[in-house]
Amino acid sequence: MSSRAMTMVEALRDALRLAMRQDPSVFVLGEDLGIAGGFGGGFTVTLGLSEEFGHERVMDTPISEIAIIGAAVGAAMTGMRPVAEMQYGDFVFCGMDQVINQAAKIQYMSNGQFSVPLVLRLPVGASRRGAQHSQCSEAYFMHTPGLKVVSPSNPYDAKGMLLASIWDNNPVIFLEHKLLYGGKGGRKEKTSLDPVMEVPDEAYEIPLGTVAIKRPGEDITILANMLMVHRALEAAEILSQEGIDAEVIDVRCLVPLDVETIELSAKKTTRVLIVEEDNLTGGWGAEVAARLAEKAFYYLDAPITRVAAPDVPVPCAPALERVYVPSVEKVVITARALVKG
Amino acid sequence: MKADHRKISLEIALEMLQRMVLIRVFEDRLYQLFLQGLVPGTLHQYQGQEAIAVGVCTALRDNDLIFSTHRPVGHAIAKGVPLKAIAAELWGKATGCAGGRGGQMHLVDASIGMPPSNAIVGANIPIATGAALGFKLSGLDRVAVSFFGDGASNSGPFHEGINLAAVKNAPVIFVCENNQYAASTHISLTTRVEAIAKRAKSYGIPGFSLDGMDVLIVYQSVEAAVDRARRGEGPTLLEFKTYRFMGHSRGDPGGYRTKQDIDEWRERDPIQGLRDYLSKEFNQDEQHFLEIEEQVLEEVEAAIQFAISSPEPIPEETYKHVFAS
Repeated sequence: MSSRAMTMVEALRDALRLAMRQDPSVFVLGEDLGIAGGFGGGFTVTLGLSEEFGHERVMDTPISEIAIIGAAVGAAMTGMRPVAEMQYGDFVFCGMDQVINQAAKIQYMSNGQFSVPLVLRLPVGASRRGAQHSQCSEAYFMHTPGLKVVSPSNPYDAKGMLLASIWDNNPVIFLEHKLLYGGKGGRKEKTSLDPVMEVPDEAYEIPLGTVAIKRPGEDITILANMLMVHRALEAAEILSQEGIDAEVIDVRCLVPLDVETIELSAKKTTRVLIVEEDNLTGGWGAEVAARLAEKAFYYLDAPITRVAAPDVPVPCAPALERVYVPSVEKVVITARALVKG
Repeated sequence: MKADHRKISLEIALEMLQRMVLIRVFEDRLYQLFLQGLVPGTLHQYQGQEAIAVGVCTALRDNDLIFSTHRPVGHAIAKGVPLKAIAAELWGKATGCAGGRGGQMHLVDASIGMPPSNAIVGANIPIATGAALGFKLSGLDRVAVSFFGDGASNSGPFHEGINLAAVKNAPVIFVCENNQYAASTHISLTTRVEAIAKRAKSYGIPGFSLDGMDVLIVYQSVEAAVDRARRGEGPTLLEFKTYRFMGHSRGDPGGYRTKQDIDEWRERDPIQGLRDYLSKEFNQDEQHFLEIEEQVLEEVEAAIQFAISSPEPIPEETYKHVFAS
């Protein structure tokens, strides 16, 4: 099996390319995706695709988020598999009716006669752009029955989960963290992490509804997604030097949620710390904490605890953004307190 | 645009009359039962606008898709959804066209080209555009129709959806049923242009403002727009001026309209207009119209009895069809 080193953006592009080669019903739509001499979408994910697949299947749209999502819904109802891009995840709120009232409900309203197999890609995460180009929005979608929600942390998962999302017969909200993309040159994010991994050249799928144990441990379970997985792993290394053995679980899919694996880990370590870049109140961590309180309460030796963004919009200044986004240090301090009491 | 009567066959005209009468009689009967407290859900009635649903759907193939609204009963009947399945859906029964989970505002039948009707005003406009783009990308010559009212023409999806369809040459027909009231608010309070069809010009597509009480005009104008769409020449905006004889929804006595206004529009009843045409052009007599009405009455009573006597959905149904497998 051949493989090569890929950034997240290369892995995502590879997934789109393979899916479009395999099935003519797959197409992409959004702003600035395939313009000659353009960007290849907000973060170059679709760069070069229009040369191979043409401008019908790499569909450039007006700045019309309602129409982008609405057209994806309508096309999906006819058996197409559209992959729609919001240039920034925050822009999805312009077209939220099409996500919540349409994409999510049509399967149910039609008694199963119409399904909506679309993928909606959302670049998220604080990246020195301020309140309207930065938000992590997974909780909004997790709350809505009928949507699947995916939030990968690395190139291997990104490719396998994007392919699984494209072939899924439901609307999938696919979050991509801007600091993990691995953009190059002028497209590189100043504070990015840009993980690079060996990724198989061929198509493969990572089933939705799975989490990944990134680091096994005995003393505390740390749950995180996207960028926060990397912060949690860094924190776990520091904690290990103090004799604290942290288990880090990548919650790479929020809906469906693999509660069983999380529950087993919680019962084993007896302590749970949830790390999320979303705002604290009503975030995905709140839901996971509630589930664990119901299922594992009597096994726990410490309160289920969250390290999340505070309940403020995302600030822009580096000094403020650092306060907003959960840091390695904060994860270490909180985990240490939970273990040592 | 005027109807070219020579092109309408007796067969098609009679079929349209039957469908229009079926809508009228069913809606009238529903209203009576509703006043008696016998209809479980809400009602948004279509009496007065029958020429539009029937004229549009007669110009379509079964596998063309119509994207309907919160007022879908007329559209569903015109497209060919079985009346029993519609009635049972209104009664919340397992035999309804959506198994009871849709209700009056979400009528559906995939086998006849009817996706679930949409109760968010304007939202079906970009969706119909997307369906049309799906047909185009697949190389099919199917078309999509978006039904909406004058109220929807001031919503964001109207602008975004029609513009995208225009710029991509999507095979979609935008059918604006201008009944002049967005719920209780008259169009003069919300809209400065005298014809919504004029907005087509700003999207660079053809637009026509036509008489929605004349089913022949509706049918022939839609047929032309459908032909154009199938030829790959893109979307058309058709505005049909019409009037709903009933209130906006249940419990709306219509105090914002005058009796004189209602009476004047009732004078232009689209069903009577088609009867007059059939008498004049094809020598059809009253007796034949009465026969059609009697058959329709029987069909309506049978559908309502079917709905009332059908079983309710079992509780487990609540949890099904959230996700596709």
